[in-house]
Amino acid sequence: MSHLSYIVWILLLPLANFALLGLTGRKLLKGISGVIGTSVLLVVAALASMAVYQYFFVYGKLDGIYHLINVLQFEWLKFSPNVSIGMGVALDPISVMMLFIVSVVSLMVHVFSLGYMKGEERFGTYYAFLSLFTFSMLSLVISTNIFQIYIFWELVGISSYLLIGFYYDKPSAVAASKKAFIVTRFADLGFLVGILILSFGAGTLDIHTLIIRLTTVQSPQLLGMTTSSFLGISALTWGLTLVFIGGAGKSAMFPLHVWLPDAMEGPTPISALIHAATMVVAGVYLVARLFPLYSFDVSSLNIVAYVGAISALLPAIIACTQNDIKRVLAYSTISQIGYMMFGLGVSGYSGELGLGYMASMFHLFTHAFFKSLLFLCAGAIIHLVQSNDVKDMGGLRKLMPITHIAFLVGCLSIAGIPPFSGFFSKEEILSAAYQSNKLIYGVGVFTSMLTAFYMFRLYFRIFHSRAQNRELAHGEGSLSMKLPLVVLAVSATLAGFVPFSLFVTPDHAPIEAHVDLIFSIFPVVLSVAAILFAARLYRTQNARPAKIATSLGKIYRFAYRKFYFDEIYLFVSKKIIFNLIGRPAAWIDKHIVDGLMNLLAATTVKISVLIKGFQSGKLQNYAVYFFAGIIGLAALFVYFRQSP
Amino acid sequence: MTNEFYVLMKFELLVALIIFILLFMKVGSSSWSNKKVLVAVNLLLLVNFVFGFFMNSDGTLFGEMFRTNKMVELQKNMLNLGALIISAQSYSWLKNHAHVMEFYMLLLSTLLGMFFMMSAGNFLMFYLGLELSTIPLAAICNFDLEKRQSSEAAIKFIILSALSSALLLFGISLVYGTTGTLNFSELPGHLNGSALQLFAFILILAGFAFKISIVPFHLWTADVYEGSPVAVAAYLSVISKAAFLFVFTSVLYTVFKPIAGSWYNMLFLLSVLTMFTGNLFAVRQNNLKRFLAFSSITQMGFILVGISGSNQMGYASVVYFLLIYIFSNLGAFGVVAFVSAVTGKENMDDYKAFYKTNPFLASVLSVSLFSLAGIPPTAGFFGKFFLIMAGAERGNYILISIAALNMIISLYYYLRVVQTMFMEESRATIERLPVNIFAKLAMLVCVAGILAIGFVPWIYHYIYALSL
Repeated sequence: MSHLSYIVWILLLPLANFALLGLTGRKLLKGISGVIGTSVLLVVAALASMAVYQYFFVYGKLDGIYHLINVLQFEWLKFSPNVSIGMGVALDPISVMMLFIVSVVSLMVHVFSLGYMKGEERFGTYYAFLSLFTFSMLSLVISTNIFQIYIFWELVGISSYLLIGFYYDKPSAVAASKKAFIVTRFADLGFLVGILILSFGAGTLDIHTLIIRLTTVQSPQLLGMTTSSFLGISALTWGLTLVFIGGAGKSAMFPLHVWLPDAMEGPTPISALIHAATMVVAGVYLVARLFPLYSFDVSSLNIVAYVGAISALLPAIIACTQNDIKRVLAYSTISQIGYMMFGLGVSGYSGELGLGYMASMFHLFTHAFFKSLLFLCAGAIIHLVQSNDVKDMGGLRKLMPITHIAFLVGCLSIAGIPPFSGFFSKEEILSAAYQSNKLIYGVGVFTSMLTAFYMFRLYFRIFHSRAQNRELAHGEGSLSMKLPLVVLAVSATLAGFVPFSLFVTPDHAPIEAHVDLIFSIFPVVLSVAAILFAARLYRTQNARPAKIATSLGKIYRFAYRKFYFDEIYLFVSKKIIFNLIGRPAAWIDKHIVDGLMNLLAATTVKISVLIKGFQSGKLQNYAVYFFAGIIGLAALFVYFRQSP
Repeated sequence: MTNEFYVLMKFELLVALIIFILLFMKVGSSSWSNKKVLVAVNLLLLVNFVFGFFMNSDGTLFGEMFRTNKMVELQKNMLNLGALIISAQSYSWLKNHAHVMEFYMLLLSTLLGMFFMMSAGNFLMFYLGLELSTIPLAAICNFDLEKRQSSEAAIKFIILSALSSALLLFGISLVYGTTGTLNFSELPGHLNGSALQLFAFILILAGFAFKISIVPFHLWTADVYEGSPVAVAAYLSVISKAAFLFVFTSVLYTVFKPIAGSWYNMLFLLSVLTMFTGNLFAVRQNNLKRFLAFSSITQMGFILVGISGSNQMGYASVVYFLLIYIFSNLGAFGVVAFVSAVTGKENMDDYKAFYKTNPFLASVLSVSLFSLAGIPPTAGFFGKFFLIMAGAERGNYILISIAALNMIISLYYYLRVVQTMFMEESRATIERLPVNIFAKLAMLVCVAGILAIGFVPWIYHYIYALSL
């Protein structure tokens, strides 16, 4: 398709920018590297928007169905006559959507960083890394080939590693970057083996062909994969589950989520881009890309659903107990991605059944805006307060009015209050869950309530709670820091009105979806109650006791009831949420999950100490082991050989 | 036969010619300074390498004792390239050494021996080549003449080599005893997998396993690498191993094809053992030479995974991986060799904050280690992926899962070195070292190779087409 060939520039420009800034950003172009990077991204975002328009409204639709357009496709390596590795650019509804999200959020982060990272010693390098990440992420989403996905999957991992460890003189940052890299690589092990199983079963690495071959009933490849089994589970399920493990690692799903909260050691704009809006949803994207296969194989889809539900619930509980603003946001990210995952997990394939898939992609879309908004606000706040700890904040709403409004928009959106964007996408996920799995629906509603509570706990403690009477060094920040907040706040407000079901569905045929308002009253009421909860507990703390005292007089006749509710609030939040659930959840997280990882590392070291004796340096011993090796092999293979 | 003789034995004749030039210069007690000699030798090796691209053809000589084809010639030229890189990298070590010419004579003799071995069409010829490549190697292990450790390394190497050769010969004689022939082309027809033949095969396998440091025949590796000069350690770990792996793969795939069912299981076991052992030891090494020794043992384990694929893809992926391995490992060894030659420092702690003082060397070392760890977009990623793909062809997902697991473990210690160089502070940082032009060029070639090979598809296609 020649009229869409400009898409290639969306990929090449960031790559060229990385090369340019990587080579010259340390000295020569250091000062203007931010401007260069931002202008390049501006072009990229414009091209991506053009692609969205052209795909959805001009070229993409054929007979009422969005079809796959291979803009570019070439065979890159012919591995053997059957298996070849291709590279290419494929457009379909979700890849176009991701192109748009990644380039827009990346642009916002580029602009924001102009102010936030100003004066950094390695300013040029920072922008070079940002370009590398943008390039890899964009290339990942338009992949035609599962191997291509894998390459860029690893590359986004590397850029994330580089950016988490950006402050490399901070030991915690270095440790966090390594942890993130190794945990996700562990998951990628599953991904790699999964790819190999799927591709050998289907005899191709091309995603489109692979899906067709493995979903056609009676095709030889499908028969081969469903009949051969290992440990009683079919090869298809193994392949898909292993691929999902890879996705779960990248998307920080429980129990592989341990790296994400630590990854907050990186610069805050990076957290907004990589660890909130784009890279961490790669796992969701992967499952969505292979969704026809998952919807075909019910057992692996169930795994997706339950892992998603657990990952939605647990981090939400943990988030209620955290005091570090970025950590709360990190846990909320895991929780929201959990929503997306179980949205996919409860979805069917065609028509109305595909609601879960559609809602999950919708949530990915809205989440990108409100979560990057929240992170950038956190960045602005941290920039001002010079601390991540919520205890150092409070009463900031007068000092930073724009950030205050933007953060509030983000909170309302994530809490699912209409008419903000999160409401629409979350309601659709919940209604999809309601139709297929009541247990998951219950978890979803409860989590939604918790989400509202912890987000507003954060909000009130940052912006209200007490008067800020310290002298603060900066003002609210430069224009480059405020502009992205405004743009994203507007997007987060309006994104929910996009008629998403007309564009993105699993079988690519538009459906007419509608939010059932009566149905959504229940979750919204719960969320509002949770917000009031949070307001009661945190809005009037510390610095405002006098005011409470006076208002007590006015509402005296409600005192008894109020007292009663306060007790319950306190009991529920302090005793149940904090002590009974929150603490153990945090404890499990710290000791069991982290502990397992540490145990693994410690065991490796221990074994290596144990077998040290073999490497004695004594020649005679070496000769003995040599003979022992031969005798061992002979005993094993000559004695126990199969009769020829 | 004359014309054909010169064409087919081109590689051997060229290397022999260089040896003789050096010998005459030595005997005629030329007054050339070390630097002049080094420039001349490097140029000769470059000519040798370039010449290796031309006039390649298939054929056999001496009644099938010697045979060659385009694949073997490609492999020989890969070794030529490796020898050239090592030679250029050891410039700063050799320029003040008293015995430069002897060093090259011995080094090139081993190369000659490997060439004969790779072209062997008969176990006798193979054995001759093997000995020619082993004995001079022991001599150059001891080339840091004043160091006690160096002599110790040489002694260990020669005694254990003798042991392995003896067992290998025993294996060969058993093969002859049960089949009545040593000719590679006739042997497959006579192998039936009887117990005696399997035992003979195990002895031959052990001989190979010793040379390419497969667990449990690997124990000499770390001690010898640590004691010998770094350039020699690089030669042992790259050139020598590559040569033996080429022969090993082709012997397994052709001569021992009838007993493939048996050797597949042995390779499975050995490769699992090798990967885990290499990794577990590499984790706790502080000396970079020992570290690289164990890392190269792990790499051999991965190669066995590829070999176990036992088809055209397996062969192609092994050759392709070794090409990448030459660049990656020589890049790493090159930096360590250079630093060791100039400062004498070889420990990981010495490399703290290395990037601040020597950004070029630190970058070369990092890129090489990334490639060894198999991180995209470096070539090592593609190499490893292909090995694992080839291994998966047999449908043994347990083996490839173990291989993938070991890739992750190895990532840990490769990253540790990079982290030490880039992210740690130190008061006793190695000062800024001026890099001479030879070493710099050699390192740049390595980096270029690491970055380019993965993205140039015809290299793999070419190897695949040759590996029929």
